[in-house]
Amino acid sequence: MSYASGNLAEGFAIVVASHVSMCDDCRARLEGFEAVGGALVDQTETAEVAADSLAATMALIDAAPEFQPHAAKADRVLPNPIQDYLGGDVDAVKWRAVGGGVRQAVLKTKDKTKVRLLSIPGGTAMPDHSHRGLELTLVLQGAFLDEDSRFGPGDVEIATEHLHHTPVAEEGQDCICIAATDAPLRFRGLIPRIAQPFIGI
Amino acid sequence: MMSAIAIEDPGLKGDPSEALRRMDSIKKTRVEMENRAAANEDWIALMERVRDHKDRAAFAALFEHFAPRVKAFLMKSGAAESLAEECTQDVMATLWTKSQMFDPTRASVSTWIFTIARNKKIDALRKLRRPEPEDLTWGPEAEPDQADALVLRQESDRLTQAIKELPDKQRELIQQAYFGDLSHSEIAEITGLPLGTIKSRIRLALERLRHAMG
Repeated sequence: MSYASGNLAEGFAIVVASHVSMCDDCRARLEGFEAVGGALVDQTETAEVAADSLAATMALIDAAPEFQPHAAKADRVLPNPIQDYLGGDVDAVKWRAVGGGVRQAVLKTKDKTKVRLLSIPGGTAMPDHSHRGLELTLVLQGAFLDEDSRFGPGDVEIATEHLHHTPVAEEGQDCICIAATDAPLRFRGLIPRIAQPFIGI
Repeated sequence: MMSAIAIEDPGLKGDPSEALRRMDSIKKTRVEMENRAAANEDWIALMERVRDHKDRAAFAALFEHFAPRVKAFLMKSGAAESLAEECTQDVMATLWTKSQMFDPTRASVSTWIFTIARNKKIDALRKLRRPEPEDLTWGPEAEPDQADALVLRQESDRLTQAIKELPDKQRELIQQAYFGDLSHSEIAEITGLPLGTIKSRIRLALERLRHAMG
């Protein structure tokens, strides 16, 4: 609901938008929340627009470039919301080695949330990334195991500071995932906002 | 015994004009809903004329209805008058330029306008990027189904009605959460209500809406 109403921090919004791109069920739920927004617009009062408002809008329309739909290529690894930040799919990513065969690329956000794309060789443990607030991790390729849970493509793990975990990439294909973390102070408010049903856990 | 039952039966108790008033209000609600369904259908027809024929008269009609609402939404979200005006024009222009993405089986016109306005609001007010999900594309055989569009239209009307019927306090919170650009903690600060109360009221409201949509 926070994503639907536009009130979610940018880093988490990237994860939600990417997850929705991969999960039809959550897309349907998101559209449900947006329908509430639409119904509220129906019922809202009105504000007077400028006298030349329609003419100005028509001028904008006449000057606008042809619209290109933002649809996904079938064989992409990175959903479009992530590609928009990195300028392309996995082959365009400028990876930096962070040790143990693990590579990462940082997505530049304008608020306090930090977002990193990670690539972890099969069988390798995740780098030690202590998080003091909330961390959302979305798997894009491969899978990782955490205690007795397996997270595959499209799955989101929600980790808080209380969760002690040692995720390990599953044998085989490199595990590529995106992880968003926030500033510690955002913690309290965000849990219930993130826990809204469109992340299916 | 009999008389006791008769007295407790609300149908036989009190002023008979009360029952008439109730009937009247039910009838009125139905007429209102029919009017709204007709209006909703018109918006879709207008939107399709914009999409398929670049019909400027149809666009002007949509503009006249929705632009003042979009502007009010943006001003409630904290935009100054001039920014709200500029942003409204941008939203309405997007309605035209992205009209091929409008799909009446997935969103009513007002829901679609809400999503555009919300995204522009984030761009303009926060200077943040709005990550958006991938667009769904239609295959050649996946032409949107008229029956699906009808179902969605009826559901939109029921949703509008359900929001109207929410208790005032729940409706206000939902509006603040959607329009006010406020986090739950900020709503708590403004209203002076405990955070837990706000969360449970919002949850209750969404629960009621879900139930009404059953």
